[in-house]
Amino acid sequence: MSDMIEVIGVDKQIGVKLILDGISFSVPRGQFVTVLGPNGAGKTTLLRIVATLMAPSSGRVRIAGDNISDDPVKARTRLGVMSHNTFLYDKLTAHENLAFYGRMYDVTGLDDRVEELLDQVGLTIFSNEMVQNFSRGMQQRLALARATIHKPDILLLDEPYTGLDQQAAALLTRVLSGSKDHNRTVMMITHNFEQGLALSDRLLILNRGRLASDLRSSDVDLDGLREAYYGDPADDRKGGGSE
Amino acid sequence: MRFLSRVWAITWKDLQSDFRTKEMLSTMLIFALLVVVIFSFAFDPGSRETAAVFPGLLWVAFFFAGLLGLNRSFVNEHSNDALQGLMLLPADRSIIYFGKVGANLVLMLIVEAVTLPVFAVFYNTGLPERWPLLLLVLPMATFGFIAVGTFLAALSANTRASEMLLPIILFPIAIPLILSAVEVTAGVFAGGDIAVLITWLKIIAVYDLVFLVVPFLLFEYVLDV
Repeated sequence: MSDMIEVIGVDKQIGVKLILDGISFSVPRGQFVTVLGPNGAGKTTLLRIVATLMAPSSGRVRIAGDNISDDPVKARTRLGVMSHNTFLYDKLTAHENLAFYGRMYDVTGLDDRVEELLDQVGLTIFSNEMVQNFSRGMQQRLALARATIHKPDILLLDEPYTGLDQQAAALLTRVLSGSKDHNRTVMMITHNFEQGLALSDRLLILNRGRLASDLRSSDVDLDGLREAYYGDPADDRKGGGSE
Repeated sequence: MRFLSRVWAITWKDLQSDFRTKEMLSTMLIFALLVVVIFSFAFDPGSRETAAVFPGLLWVAFFFAGLLGLNRSFVNEHSNDALQGLMLLPADRSIIYFGKVGANLVLMLIVEAVTLPVFAVFYNTGLPERWPLLLLVLPMATFGFIAVGTFLAALSANTRASEMLLPIILFPIAIPLILSAVEVTAGVFAGGDIAVLITWLKIIAVYDLVFLVVPFLLFEYVLDV
């Protein structure tokens, strides 16, 4: 399998604080990777660097073999990003939001694609409703449709379950599980061990900017994951702060 | 072509949102019309003094109304972190700038088209002999103001007091543009050497050109601030 994401010796320093310290890993095509870690571990910073939203202080990131600092625009064509912020426009309808992003990604057969996605996330009947009238769960489902409108090879998810009710979370899980059928590479950040373990092929644990563990989901159960995550309880008590 | 179609998509998206809520357009229009009405009470419409200050009043109304729109143009992108969504698009990030310039320009030209006839009526100016020059200076100076204003609005949008910061950094930089616009407008209404007026117009043209080029080089960094 070819590597879709390669993170090679990435450091990120903001002011005097070292947020990421020599992170290296690679993600093959079609693999679902969950990144876990306490607050301040550097998870979001890592995702922002892979998403081309932030440059590393040193080290390299390659997307499908291309160095993202050489051609970030090319890398972005392969990326779909969904975070706890939806990137949606409140004053536009669900259809208008998707059509806008579709146009920006040069999606062909845009109207059909928008209808298909609205159907997938169960929002067809709310197609002409303004996003400001949507519940948090509906907005997050629409955000998932937005992130996948251009059929990206790689999906980057930052706490996608934040604020979702049971129904919306189940629908999101169903859509994310379907990513494997599309041979899509997924990198997800979450605090939820159960979701991470259930969805992913691999689990990366970050702690204080370092890659503390790299585990295969098939080799670990929930207790094992907790053990790997908390490791030395004394360490965990020290690892607070913001990302 | 792709660049222009993406710029247009951003412009249309902003206009669609604003025409739906009329937040920006109505605020800008009300402000410009209030300036017309208030100063028409302060100055005798037919007097020579009013004729002398009229070009200045006109541009005060337009520029300050435009400022209200500029203040909102990037603040709106912060709701739901939509600016991040734009930054993730597979395109040069200057499309965001030019898309915003397009939307702000359309809104400000609408305000000018509505306000100018009202100004003419309240101040009893009639149609000046050199009206084609007015039709030239209006879009040129408006573009320059919107171009520099949009650039600085992107810079100030990430600060806590962005609505206070923008006018403070914008007006000093816009002084050459404001002076030139007022001088040309004065020349349109009061007469004057056409060669001098063309010199002022050239200054506006250079200003416009600079702020057409600078965002290609710097806008990426402005977004990272």
